[in-house]
Amino acid sequence: MKIIEGRALRATATAAMLAAFGAPVAAEELFYVSGAVGNAVEDFKKIVKPWEEATGNTVTLVPMPASTTDQFGQYRLWLAAGATDIDLYQTDVIWAPQLADHFVDLTEAAKDLAPTHFPSIIESQTVNGKLVALPIFTDAPALYYRKDLLEKYGKTPPKTWAELAETAKLIQDGERAEGKADLWGFVWQGNAYEGLTCNALEWVKSFGGGQIVEPDGTISINNENAVAALEAAKSWVGTISPDGVLAYQEEEARGVWQTGNAVFMRNWPYAYTLGNGDDSAVKGLFAVTTLPVGKEGDTSAATLGGWNVAVSKYSTKQEAAISLALYLAGPEAQKERAIIASNLPTIISLYDDADIAAAQPIIPQWKDVFLNAVPRPSAPTLGKYNEVSAKFWSAVHNTLSGNGSAAENLELLEVELTDIKGSGW
Amino acid sequence: MTTNSGGLSLTQQRQRAAFWFIAPMLAALFFVAAWPLLRTIWFSFTDTTLSDLYGGEWIGFDNYLSIRVLESGRVIYRGTLADPAWWNAVWNTVRFAFVSVFFETILGLIVALVLNAEFKGRGLVRAAILIPWAIPTIVSAKMWAWMLNDQFGILNDIALNLGLISQKIAWTASTDTAMYAVLMVDIWKTTPFMALLILAGLQMVPRDIYEAAKIDGVNPVKVFFRITLPLIRPALAVAIIFRMLDALRIFDLVYVLTPNSAATKTMSVISRENMIDFDKFAYGAAQSTLLFAIIAVFVSLYIWLGKVDLSGEGQK
Repeated sequence: MKIIEGRALRATATAAMLAAFGAPVAAEELFYVSGAVGNAVEDFKKIVKPWEEATGNTVTLVPMPASTTDQFGQYRLWLAAGATDIDLYQTDVIWAPQLADHFVDLTEAAKDLAPTHFPSIIESQTVNGKLVALPIFTDAPALYYRKDLLEKYGKTPPKTWAELAETAKLIQDGERAEGKADLWGFVWQGNAYEGLTCNALEWVKSFGGGQIVEPDGTISINNENAVAALEAAKSWVGTISPDGVLAYQEEEARGVWQTGNAVFMRNWPYAYTLGNGDDSAVKGLFAVTTLPVGKEGDTSAATLGGWNVAVSKYSTKQEAAISLALYLAGPEAQKERAIIASNLPTIISLYDDADIAAAQPIIPQWKDVFLNAVPRPSAPTLGKYNEVSAKFWSAVHNTLSGNGSAAENLELLEVELTDIKGSGW
Repeated sequence: MTTNSGGLSLTQQRQRAAFWFIAPMLAALFFVAAWPLLRTIWFSFTDTTLSDLYGGEWIGFDNYLSIRVLESGRVIYRGTLADPAWWNAVWNTVRFAFVSVFFETILGLIVALVLNAEFKGRGLVRAAILIPWAIPTIVSAKMWAWMLNDQFGILNDIALNLGLISQKIAWTASTDTAMYAVLMVDIWKTTPFMALLILAGLQMVPRDIYEAAKIDGVNPVKVFFRITLPLIRPALAVAIIFRMLDALRIFDLVYVLTPNSAATKTMSVISRENMIDFDKFAYGAAQSTLLFAIIAVFVSLYIWLGKVDLSGEGQK
């Protein structure tokens, strides 16, 4: 069924593209660089196939490490050197202000496509009126939970973090008593890297502690709600979460989860399809919900993630590269990506698409998560965002590993951020 | 051949020929070593950023240390020399270098002594022991990262089954064990290198001295401390200096195993972080320059205190 749909989709896509881009002229070989998580490499091949067939060009994916921090370092080096080897970069939602100078302005090329996307996402990729990158999918994490285990212990999905800790502890103790020594209550991303900034921003925001640096540029992180949030997270380490969670990124957390060794997991949508794969021990046993809140009345927060495609200013094949960027951000590619990889589309109308709803019932549900999405402070902090984020994740990592209390570390963080800010961001 | 050469003495001719033979190497060294070094030092005195490599302006010593007195009378220190993160990295690096080189020397010496003995299959064992050294660091670091993983790691599994530990240890995550993890992998990887250099030294020791000692009935421990050790000292000193240089600029292993942990961040790691991640290129260049200076000081001290003969003059 899926295959036939795929073929039909491809045929229409090919026809549409032949009309849009004209018959293939000279075949170009493009290089597209992207971080590789889960099945990203195989999925990418499937997604670009119709475009390759329609235009006669070929695309080679250059896979990068999963850590976004590592990717950014490498991209910055290549771009600073004006490397012509890479034509398109898959960029994180937070990078636009820092890399804007190196990418082609896509405003004109995407003037018809851009208005079909969520305006907030297009806005996040616009720097001083220049459209730096086109969104290809958005990301917002959710709480994955084991339906079977919650049912067994007569529990409902938790609404608050305290409830989550309590349920996790109960199930963990119960299951361990039955001989499952490796079971843990809750896994998340606690390694000192960009992912910890995302996790911790969610705790702080859902405890009513602001979002580190507010949109107007004020540093708000040193407050008692934020302290309470970090102290709560600290209490999980070694009790409901393994000590090793402090070295986990997305894939390590998914490893524990997918082998059936966790009750709860905080992760991005990509883990949904993989968790329901045939080699997964939790296939069909789990569901997702919005992340918990600090106390009744607070709103849940999910860090806005998402990936975009940017065309390098130094590419020698810009025309073909722009055509590929438009295709990847367009409805056909986004639909295919949603179906095969459960990546959330950024084109609004795709949330009502019947095929996507049938293949990935979770995507329409994710609209709720997406509505609570909170951006990282990359817009107010501009080029200093990485340093701000690194200071934040270090302060959080120190707190979690018992290196100073939350109050002490956040007080210090405030001083450091004020120093970085200087006379203005 | 020009007639001019007739006017030069034989020594002068030879020196001239030698110069032309060395010239290509000097040029290559200048371009791959001296020029990048000088350029880094120059960058450290500017406000260059990675997005604009050629637009930096001279700002003097501000990247190293700048002192400002505010109107309120408060004095503010800025720059690498006033940056606690930098001093933490220096301490990490120095600690790492001393501990790792110490253990590598001891273990390398033991391995070399074993390999120097006559036994069947010695050639095979000598080749096999080099494997850790031959694996690229990135690969072995990633391999160890999985073996050290708290949930799926084989080390925890073995230790747990043997009853050595009561619960799984998060080797790379916990700030208490992160440095041990890095040290362990480095010692595993570099001991073969030390063993090889020391073995070369051991093989230079004339056999008849041992025979004489044997006839005189000197006990083996005494033979080792009175004969072997003094005779391999020059080789040992050179091996240690090589390892020290290597250990002080350690980057790859730490970057793969524990990239952002303050407990293991070394000088090279923090300098790269500033240059690339934080877009403070000049600040990172200042740290690289300091790293160079620190290594230079260490090596000079070592050569001076240890009276190490690197020129080879003493051999004549």
